[in-house]
Amino acid sequence: MAQRIAVLVEHLEGQPTDVTFELLGLARRIANTNGAPVEALLFGQGVRHLAETIPADRVVLVEDPRLRYLTPEATAVTLAALLRADPPRLALIPNTSLGMDVAAWVAAALDWPLIAYCEGLEARDGQLVATAQLFGGKILADVRIDDRPTVISALAGAFAADAMQPEPPGTIERRDPPSELAALHTRSVVLERPEAADVDITRAEKIVAVGRGIESKDNLELAEQLAQALGAVLAASRPLVDAGWLPRSRQVGKSGLKVKPKLYFALGISGAPEHLEGMKDAELIIAVNKDPKAPIFSVADYGVVADLFEVAEALLERLEG
Amino acid sequence: MTIVVVMEQVPDVVEELAIAPSGTDLDRDAVSYVVNEYDDHALEEALLLAEATGDEVVAVGIDTTGELDQALYTALAKGARRAIKLTGDFEGTWLSTRAAARLLVPVIQELEPRLVLTGVQAPDDLDGQLAPTLAALLGWPHASVVIGSQLVDGAVQVRKELWGGMTMTLELELPAVLGVQAARQAPRYVPISRVRQVMREASIETRDVETPGDLAPAIMRLRFPEEAGQAEILTGSASEIADRIIELLRARGLL
Repeated sequence: MAQRIAVLVEHLEGQPTDVTFELLGLARRIANTNGAPVEALLFGQGVRHLAETIPADRVVLVEDPRLRYLTPEATAVTLAALLRADPPRLALIPNTSLGMDVAAWVAAALDWPLIAYCEGLEARDGQLVATAQLFGGKILADVRIDDRPTVISALAGAFAADAMQPEPPGTIERRDPPSELAALHTRSVVLERPEAADVDITRAEKIVAVGRGIESKDNLELAEQLAQALGAVLAASRPLVDAGWLPRSRQVGKSGLKVKPKLYFALGISGAPEHLEGMKDAELIIAVNKDPKAPIFSVADYGVVADLFEVAEALLERLEG
Repeated sequence: MTIVVVMEQVPDVVEELAIAPSGTDLDRDAVSYVVNEYDDHALEEALLLAEATGDEVVAVGIDTTGELDQALYTALAKGARRAIKLTGDFEGTWLSTRAAARLLVPVIQELEPRLVLTGVQAPDDLDGQLAPTLAALLGWPHASVVIGSQLVDGAVQVRKELWGGMTMTLELELPAVLGVQAARQAPRYVPISRVRQVMREASIETRDVETPGDLAPAIMRLRFPEEAGQAEILTGSASEIADRIIELLRARGLL
């Protein structure tokens, strides 16, 4: 087994995603401790030009029409074939919608260990230790990485991109598409952009965001009133959108939208990691939640441990009175 | 034809969690268990698919809590036709995803479903999500973060959420495995009286299974996130707090 660190390059519509550079930065920091090379794995069709922009010692390029989209099956079988042929020390895959399909599949297919939801990774006394976020972000697990090649599924936003300017890769190596691509069971793929929304929450200066703590759809009216009084737009965490209470265009978080308003006022949002990913860079975060241990308080500037309805009503009274 | 839904009970993360003295697991005595919310969505999506096609939904779960019956009876009350519970020497343990998948694969193969649905993730799936793990072991195509699906001629058409509201629509040949993020509609509600009735009329099939060798993930220690960067907590009555918030907003020119 080589010591090299492999990173799956995630890209969409001709652009590598931010998390790709974060993982390359992480790989570089780990590699610096033992001089191992960083290898980027770039799959796609017509993506040779992207290889030039990837800061890695080596970019392994596999191009094939069946990899035009990083679909779960095509990406997973290609990645597994490469890793099987030449196992690295670590394979870093983003814990995103695309990466989630791949990391667990590849690890199970190769029978390698996998550590998911990774938010920390460091060498301690020559041992690699990963930290994973579990139980809705309320608990961290430190996991020792043993000597086997290991797949790491890392959270977006958890690691800094390489501070160094991206340099052109040392080498670009083109590999043949693996034979497994000939037997795919995935037929057609269509990408769809979101429907035009009534409000673009990514451009809002002030957001009032509601979560499960709002309890019922009827209570949204209070939150909407408060948003209006503050000159803010109303957004929500995923459960409310899944319940159909608000449209997807209002969803903040990993699978929704990333927002960076001047004010993020969170009502009854516990702050699952997937939510925090979408809003932790807001300039001012005020959170109201009944649970003093809610993870939202770890990113909030100000917290209120109280009944959100009492606080919202008291605020409304002042703003409207 | 058959659609399998895999359901799991997980610690309720809304409740306060405690770490066991061993440092490598939660204090299971202090945990209250709920059905993984995404599994609830997987069940709903399966029921919607089955209603359109006449398929039979079979709910399958590994009983790691001793309390799975309630979840399975609820699934039956909602419309699942069969419920199968795997029991073994793993009650109260933290079953890794890989171990769970290995227990589930023979049962799934025996049921010969055309689709397997489960939740996209779980609060404790440290070694990765169940759907892609099952897909790898079964050798079936899969997709995760599914927010809608439809059975079409020999395939399932799924909508997979990417980010920023962007979606990918895929057509997977059957059989296939789906990790469901959200069903097309909110999971249905079933009154407790209906669940009780089902408990009298229907039964859960129990399979005793061999305990796999490697059960739990290799955790050094669990810990709570550091308090660093913790919010300044505003205290007082609701009106005092409201005054303080307005003061803060004014000071920053936000009002």
